[in-house]
Amino acid sequence: MPDQSLIQVEHLYKEYYTDAGSVPVLKDVNLEIRKGEFVAIMGPSGSGKSTFMNILGCLDLPTAGRYVLDGRDVGTLQKDALAGLRNEVIGFVFQGFNLLPRANLVDNVALPLVYAGVDKEERRRRSEELLAKVGLATHGHHAPNQISGGQQQRVAIARALINKPRLILADEPTGNLDTSTSEEIMKLLSDLNQHDGITIVLVTHEPDIAAHAGRMVQFVDGKVTHDGAITHGGIEGVQA
Amino acid sequence: MISAMVSEAWRAMSANRMRAFLTMLGMMIGVAAVIMMLAVGRGTQYAVEQSIAAMGSNLFIVLAGSQTTTGVRIGTGNAPTLVAADADAIAELPEVAGVAPISPGSAQVVYGSNNWGTIATGTTASYIDVGNWKVEEGEMFSDADVRSASRVVVLGQTVVKNLFGDESPVGKTVRISQSPFTVIGTLASKGQSLDGRDQDDTVFIPLVTAQRKVFGNNFRGAVRFIMVKATSAQAMPAAEEAMTSLLRQRHRLTDRRPDDFTIRNLTAAANTAAATTKAMSLMLGAIASVSLLVGGIGIMNIMLVSVTERTREIGIRIAIGARERDIRLQFLLEAIFLSLIGSVVGVAMGVGAAAIANAVANLTVVVTVGSILLAFFVAAAVGIFFGYYPANKAAQLKPIDALRYQ
Ligand SMILES: Nc1ncnc2c1ncn2[C@@H]1O[C@H](COP(=O)(O)OP(=O)(O)OP(=O)(O)O)[C@@H](O)[C@H]1O
Ligand SMILES: [Mg+2]
Repeated sequence: MPDQSLIQVEHLYKEYYTDAGSVPVLKDVNLEIRKGEFVAIMGPSGSGKSTFMNILGCLDLPTAGRYVLDGRDVGTLQKDALAGLRNEVIGFVFQGFNLLPRANLVDNVALPLVYAGVDKEERRRRSEELLAKVGLATHGHHAPNQISGGQQQRVAIARALINKPRLILADEPTGNLDTSTSEEIMKLLSDLNQHDGITIVLVTHEPDIAAHAGRMVQFVDGKVTHDGAITHGGIEGVQA
Repeated sequence: MISAMVSEAWRAMSANRMRAFLTMLGMMIGVAAVIMMLAVGRGTQYAVEQSIAAMGSNLFIVLAGSQTTTGVRIGTGNAPTLVAADADAIAELPEVAGVAPISPGSAQVVYGSNNWGTIATGTTASYIDVGNWKVEEGEMFSDADVRSASRVVVLGQTVVKNLFGDESPVGKTVRISQSPFTVIGTLASKGQSLDGRDQDDTVFIPLVTAQRKVFGNNFRGAVRFIMVKATSAQAMPAAEEAMTSLLRQRHRLTDRRPDDFTIRNLTAAANTAAATTKAMSLMLGAIASVSLLVGGIGIMNIMLVSVTERTREIGIRIAIGARERDIRLQFLLEAIFLSLIGSVVGVAMGVGAAAIANAVANLTVVVTVGSILLAFFVAAAVGIFFGYYPANKAAQLKPIDALRYQ
């Protein structure tokens, strides 16, 4: 199973159109990610990492190129089918947590199931189960602004997991957290990758964080400049 | 899913109570006006139906004396232009179902130590049918009583109440203008007329008795007016024409002389009274539509603000799998919520105002279940109509733009 392809990106281009003209951000990106991989994406600011992640997450469309996710050519899909992919195949973890401020933690975690058409009792049961898994069993009825940043990110991970995704996309999930909290979050993600076999693609600026992954892809100026396994000795041939 | 969205909508609304209330205000006023409009309209119709039912349908009243357009009657009291024989002649017309000559006058009725001033109606036995009266107890006097000018009387309920209290009056003797009369019956209550008169404050006495013994009329056989019932509503124009030529002939009026009597269509008069209140209900209708429109625009406005404020939330929802129709439904539900709650309060206000109008202004105002349902239906329609544009705007947001929105 681990060598089956989950993500296949071929000749991907992305340009943003601004008043000043078009800005090329991704220039011929080619990448294949197999099921069960844990990939860290690194690279300088502005190199196109977030842009790439948004395309992987079906939140944005490429200007040109082919993207196949889980056997489906994303470029050919309608809006509702893309929403279905985001709901069932992908779980997002954002740098800014992105919880709904007015809803309590149970409702926040359960939200993807509302759009999946799961009934109320089942939503609550699975939500509480996942909150327990991320160590927040007793906080279910708190509002997001009543818990710490690390706890909020764990709630976000629980939300990403609730519809049993095959892929977790995490764009700088530890960017707003201190070192020890970051370590906890990374342990949680590593565990999901190793025990549950969930494929993880993670963007980070920190080598310590990237070291949890099994493979590192580096972006510079919209191109993949390095792609290789991470060994115990560190990241091969890369200066962070 | 719907239930989750309903509680979402509730949460969003309670987060901004004051704003929600102000937004609903337009709907409240609009719906209250709709309820009032329908209540007044329905009430008017009801009052007219009631009075026609009480008075009887297809009725004419033939008055002595001619009437000019300014309403000044000429000739009344000077000469006896209408007599009981005219009534008998009218009764022979094929379009006429019944007639009742009437000669009314005020009278003091005395029973024991009780004394009551009322209207004595001198008439014939047929007045029961023509005037749509019912006998409660005892009986109406007969045509023989009329011919023989018997001293018998039939009492209206107000008179019974004031002279006899709980005692049964039938068989007792009362004094009318000093003469003793035997009470042979009482009339069933009719209540108030359209113009607020107490129709039960009267006594019926035989026409001839009234003419000769009570009012002491100088002109033999003269009556003040004749009530005429046509055979059907369709027959009314023909009946009016036939009566006019018959009376002109009987009164020997040459072509150049004007009528010395006036024929009034009572059923038509009641409908005219209804038209006045209908105008009022139309005005309320105009207020209702304007404030529903303003209320709807208010909802649209606040929903647009809400969509902008919650762009990021929309982005999050899209990222975790909300489809366009999910987002659209969510905001549509919020708009419908606003207008529906507004209209619940509006219905309460309308019903309350109707109750006050009934009690204070003595207007007949009838709130029906149908009008309440209509108000809710209109409210939901306003919510959907004015909520659709903002909801669709939210649904069309690009996921990445919505997520990045600060
Ligand atoms: N909506 C947009 N319109 C125009 N230009 C954009 C837009 N979004 C991103 N860009 C540009 O695209 C380039 C890549 O941005 P991106 O956010 O992908 O970088 P990044 O690698 O994630 O950087 P960082 O490490 O700072 O998060 C930047 O130069 C940015 O200015
Ligand atoms: Mg970025």
